[in-house]
Amino acid sequence: MLFASYGFIAFISILFIVYYLIPKKHQWKLLLFASYVFYLFAGPKYILYIVFTTVSTYIISLRIDKLNQTQAQYLAKHKKDLSRADKREYRDMMKYRMRRWLVACLLLNFGILAVVKYSNFAIANLNAISRAFGGQGQLSFLNIALPMGISFYTFQTMGYIIDVFRGKYSPEKNIFKLALFVSFFPQLVQGPISRFDDLSKTLFKEHSFEHRSFSFGIQRIMWGYFKKLVIADRILVAVNTIIRDPEMYQGAFALVGMLFYAFQLYADFTGGIDITIGIAQVLGIEVQENFNRPYFSKSIAEYWRRWHITLGTWFKDYLFYPISVSKPMMRVFKFTRERFGGAIGRRIPVYISTITVWFVTGIWHGSSWNFIAWGLANCVVIIISQELEPFYAWFHSKFNVRNAFGFRLFQVVRTVLLMSSIRMFDCYRDVPTTFRMFGSMFTVFNYRELFGGVLLDLGLNMADYCILLIGLILLLGVSLAQRKGSVRSRLAQEPEPLRYAVYSFMFIMILIFGAYGVGYDSSQFIYNQF
Amino acid sequence: MEELLEILEEMHPDVDFTTCDTLIDSNILDSFDIIALISEIKLEFGVTIPPDEIIPENFNSAKAMYELIERLSD
Repeated sequence: MLFASYGFIAFISILFIVYYLIPKKHQWKLLLFASYVFYLFAGPKYILYIVFTTVSTYIISLRIDKLNQTQAQYLAKHKKDLSRADKREYRDMMKYRMRRWLVACLLLNFGILAVVKYSNFAIANLNAISRAFGGQGQLSFLNIALPMGISFYTFQTMGYIIDVFRGKYSPEKNIFKLALFVSFFPQLVQGPISRFDDLSKTLFKEHSFEHRSFSFGIQRIMWGYFKKLVIADRILVAVNTIIRDPEMYQGAFALVGMLFYAFQLYADFTGGIDITIGIAQVLGIEVQENFNRPYFSKSIAEYWRRWHITLGTWFKDYLFYPISVSKPMMRVFKFTRERFGGAIGRRIPVYISTITVWFVTGIWHGSSWNFIAWGLANCVVIIISQELEPFYAWFHSKFNVRNAFGFRLFQVVRTVLLMSSIRMFDCYRDVPTTFRMFGSMFTVFNYRELFGGVLLDLGLNMADYCILLIGLILLLGVSLAQRKGSVRSRLAQEPEPLRYAVYSFMFIMILIFGAYGVGYDSSQFIYNQF
Repeated sequence: MEELLEILEEMHPDVDFTTCDTLIDSNILDSFDIIALISEIKLEFGVTIPPDEIIPENFNSAKAMYELIERLSD
């Protein structure tokens, strides 16, 4: 069942009604039931994967908790008999036992993710290597489909077990509650990747109907559909025309494709998250924000703190920091510091961790060299900007432009262009084609090609471009307005006629100008495939 | 505390680490700085800071960092 389908609208409408009619203590059970019904629509056999992740994590989290309790009891009982060294030794031994359970859980679940997501990529590479060395290269591909949302729920659940291991919170004792945390349907297909201590505050609570959160939730859902159906799915047609025929559409067209894709991805992904957070809000549940107006960022590092926030913080907390402060990395630090001095010594371990994280971020997005190249390109830009820090400091000490509007605008435009050009890896069929198209923007660029009505050959007519323009202006206007706080809160203070005029306008825009029908593909969100 | 302040000042000479208590919240220290700092702390104080202690509250001020070091060296 897809978010952008009548079936889904009917599904959530029924859920909203039943949710507030049944006794409140059963609300979370209804959500669990609804989440599994939602999942069933993706294919009954895929249920096994999510059930396995839930059960294995549940059992192991309890095991870790039991060891934790045993440790606490033992240390309390022998508080006076044990020396500090004895206590440390005992804690290390228990930590080792807990870690074994944690590693088992991670291996099992990331193992499944690796098999279903990366087997065929690995086979394709093995075949290519074999052929390069004169072999046959005929390993058969596996016939495995990717279970819906597996990248998202696996990461969310593994974050949970790591937190339990770290003692951040106690494990959930009710397996059905844990099952709801793993499978909560609005965020199942494209995130956000929630933390248990955040989401559980409202997920299992009893909720009375509140007009404000209901109304705000519905508005957010409508705004999400507007972004998705009016902007993303419309512009998608032109993007596909350009990227599917790189021989024909080069130079200025590659630039248009790059910029259009930037708008499409933003509208598609943030639109999907708006729908997710809106649905949760109607249900009285708070889901963490995943975006903070990323296209207003002044650097790539800042952009990544504001785009897909929950994935970024996941990687930071569960991969970047653990790798960076691991024993081998500390040895690398010591070695490089002694050899090359403090300045370089400090950088090397951080850069090794950064490269690792971006490699994994790339491959998380998709099992292809395009995504690996995309991840590493991000990494290169971040490392270069890190290395340029002294230059930036010198520049700002000489020129007092840091707060000048023109300079900030330059930084924002530079970041958007950089990010958009790196994203070309998402678009084209392979890495060499991406480089060729990127190069064509400099070698065969001729802006005159874009005049004379050729843009109308990309699958969009004049009316489509007008609607897109209005949509993008609205998007920009709302983003600018959000800098002063919630737009919906301010709208709520306006007189009723104005409010309802705005709601009706949005509804009509979605209904009339949503991209439906022949030539349009509102089948899925871009992030569904990750 | 003096050694810690020295390490911090070497990383960001322009920041007054004796008074600032929003080093993370104000993005003065980023994740790169944190890792460099943890590595220096390991060398200088012999204290290993585990990943789960890398939270804003522990790194927002020099005082908080010093308290963390003292707590972990117990």
